[in-house]
Amino acid sequence: MAIEVRIPTILRTYTGGEKAVPAEGANLSAVIDSLEANHPGIKDRLVEDKGAGIELRRFVNVYINDEDVRFIGSLEAELADGDQIVILPAVAGGAR
Amino acid sequence: MLQIDQTTYDAIVEHAKRDHPVEACGMVVGPIGADRAERLIEMVNAAGSPTFYEYDSTDLLRLYRELDDRDEEPVVIYHSHTATEAYPSVTDINLAGEPGAHYVLVSTQEHGNNAGPVEFRSYRIIDGVVTEESVEVVTKLSTEETG
Repeated sequence: MAIEVRIPTILRTYTGGEKAVPAEGANLSAVIDSLEANHPGIKDRLVEDKGAGIELRRFVNVYINDEDVRFIGSLEAELADGDQIVILPAVAGGAR
Repeated sequence: MLQIDQTTYDAIVEHAKRDHPVEACGMVVGPIGADRAERLIEMVNAAGSPTFYEYDSTDLLRLYRELDDRDEEPVVIYHSHTATEAYPSVTDINLAGEPGAHYVLVSTQEHGNNAGPVEFRSYRIIDGVVTEESVEVVTKLSTEETG
């Protein structure tokens, strides 16, 4: 089951500069584990342990076929062969 | 150094004044690798806050798709501070996700929505390290790369 994952500039240090890498998994959580196996360190940039379990980091946006995963189950969002994942860091900040 | 043309500079300042007291945000994009701030894109501050800004996640994806299609990248990522100086906050530093971009901050604390000078400063933010750089405002961007 092949899924294409588009990697943002800031995370390409983990993928040897590659803009897109293949991954596998039936849901987002499994895909992230698959990414980690090939690109050690990347998982920690995407998820964090909130005590009650692993969650997607607040300022990381992940899209499956252009849909924000937060609306379709977050880490449990299901994937099928040929799906495309896009990872984008939030553009955010402010005086606070 | 950030080189920026007067029209774009004025448009960023105007956006910051218009949105005050909410933080204004946006980008100036240009061809990949050229370091030329050519095309201004105003973004909506989905947080609608005087102390925080964030692009809406749908807007963010649409923007990056458009940049991809046009072989462009973020050259300037700007936002305003409405009650503090134009210096990156801890939040700004922690969330800076484009190591190649010039982070521009405009402070509207002095004149708010009204005419008058603003602080307009530019920084590199890489791995949590902030380096201020000079801003050269020009009539027209030079044709050579500015580096």
